[in-house]
Amino acid sequence: MNEIEQYLAPRRLDEALQAMANGDATVLCGGTDLAPQTESGARQYTAKLLNIRRIDGLGGIAAETDQVRIGAVTTISEIRCHPALAEIAPVLVEAAEHFASEQIRNAASLGGNLCNASPAGDMIPPLLVLGASVELACWRGGAVQTRLIPLERFFVSPGKTVKLPEELLTAVVFDRPAADFVGKFRKSGPRPALEISTVSLALGARIADGLLSNVRVAMGSVAPTPLRARHVEAALEGKPLDAASIAAAVAATAEDAKPIDDVRASAWYRSHLVRVFLEEVLNDVRGN
Amino acid sequence: MSVGTVKEVQRRVHMTLQVNGEEIDVSFAPYKTLLEVLREDLGLTGTKHGCELGECGACAVLIDGEPLLSCLTLAVECAGRAIETIEGLAQGTQLHPLQEAFADLGGSQCGYCTPGAVMTAKALLDKEPSPTPQRIKEAMSGNICRCTGYQQIVESVERAAGCCRNAEREAT
Ligand SMILES: Cc1cc2nc3c(=O)[nH]c(=O)nc-3n(C[C@H](O)[C@H](O)[C@H](O)COP(=O)(O)OP(=O)(O)OC[C@H]3O[C@@H](n4cnc5c(N)ncnc54)[C@H](O)[C@@H]3O)c2cc1C
Ligand code: FES
Ligand code: FES
Repeated sequence: MNEIEQYLAPRRLDEALQAMANGDATVLCGGTDLAPQTESGARQYTAKLLNIRRIDGLGGIAAETDQVRIGAVTTISEIRCHPALAEIAPVLVEAAEHFASEQIRNAASLGGNLCNASPAGDMIPPLLVLGASVELACWRGGAVQTRLIPLERFFVSPGKTVKLPEELLTAVVFDRPAADFVGKFRKSGPRPALEISTVSLALGARIADGLLSNVRVAMGSVAPTPLRARHVEAALEGKPLDAASIAAAVAATAEDAKPIDDVRASAWYRSHLVRVFLEEVLNDVRGN
Repeated sequence: MSVGTVKEVQRRVHMTLQVNGEEIDVSFAPYKTLLEVLREDLGLTGTKHGCELGECGACAVLIDGEPLLSCLTLAVECAGRAIETIEGLAQGTQLHPLQEAFADLGGSQCGYCTPGAVMTAKALLDKEPSPTPQRIKEAMSGNICRCTGYQQIVESVERAAGCCRNAEREAT
């Protein structure tokens, strides 16, 4: 194990970003990914350990305006229990509901879930259908610089994102969904609690006069990164929600989902789950 | 180490931890988890070592009143935060209603999961004095037990909730 020589728990964002400027700090938030990874030897701490939990302004959910902003260190428990979020973006709250266990939800952060970049990260499909972006900050030219990246373009491969080592994810933002927006989330694992998703799926769309528009479908654990299911979306866009469009959408999953066999499930089973989940969520929406 | 400062730590961290209401000075290697520091450096072996992967709940303690897993929490993160472990639950010889109920109703059998289960249940009852059985199951779904089959744990928490409510009523 590498020695941690410096432990930093700054209160201020600029202090944290300066400490990260050389790209050699290990960022620690809830530790629910980092601790098992270092414990198993999959990853090592660098000499500089940076706890971001105490930075002012990096937590909290602002849902009052046209844009919803969730700070990076916000816990899954906070998302799960946020009344305004339950109104505005129930699809995200639903995913928080099905996340791990009470103790893990109390520690796990939204930013950590995104930066860990697992294809099975449960907060990712709901945020993809909400059209979310991530705010990245770094210290450059003697000041804090930020950039906004659509979440869709954030993930590169398992564990890899476009975030530079000197960048901190500071917040997730998305436009307040329209009043006729519906969102649904499904995930599966062998038991309801403490389960890494075998497959996850989120649907987001507007429904007016019986027709679907702005359809977004996102899937987890069916490819190296969570993805938008473009073929499924195309099969639904502008269509009424009836047996024919549902069947076409379900058939289109074969174009989008390219799962693999691994210890958690076979590719065949994952493809099957995707079809079942999509049909379920579409029928759910149709039923309402 | 004080909160919110930037400090060098060489090999070992020296800091004050607040455990069960007591301020304790302790020095440990910075990569040590709270679980390891509680057991190895403070001799508080009530908190159990299970999977060390966040999957079993045996190591659950309360930090600022919230149930968290001490195997995933670094001890250095705990500066200025109130830690509660199973050792702090009884008042002298007076057991906490949860401890009594777990003992009386078979909620504890081999006992390995019990400290984590009891601390998780305490956090629940502190916030929600009358949880439904469904809510108890859900709040404790991260605590794995190989012995009881869970039904006795749920019953123990329900019984303890009733005792806590009665005690509250008598006090007011
Ligand atoms: C038992 C168990 C069950 C789990 N169940 C689920 C589940 O059901 N669904 C699910 O999606 N996940 C699950 N996880 C995974 C994990 O809990 C989540 O991914 C969690 O959201 C990670 O957040 P964290 O704050 O703990 O991250 P950390 O472990 O602190 O960090 C994760 C990674 O992101 C980096 N990082 C963290 N925050 C930032 C930031 N703001 N900017 C830049 N880099 C950052 C860290 O350096 C690290 O590489 C589970 C984990 C365990 C141990
Ligand atoms: S030892 Fe911490 S959850 Fe198992
Ligand atoms: S009582 Fe033996 S593991 Fe729960």
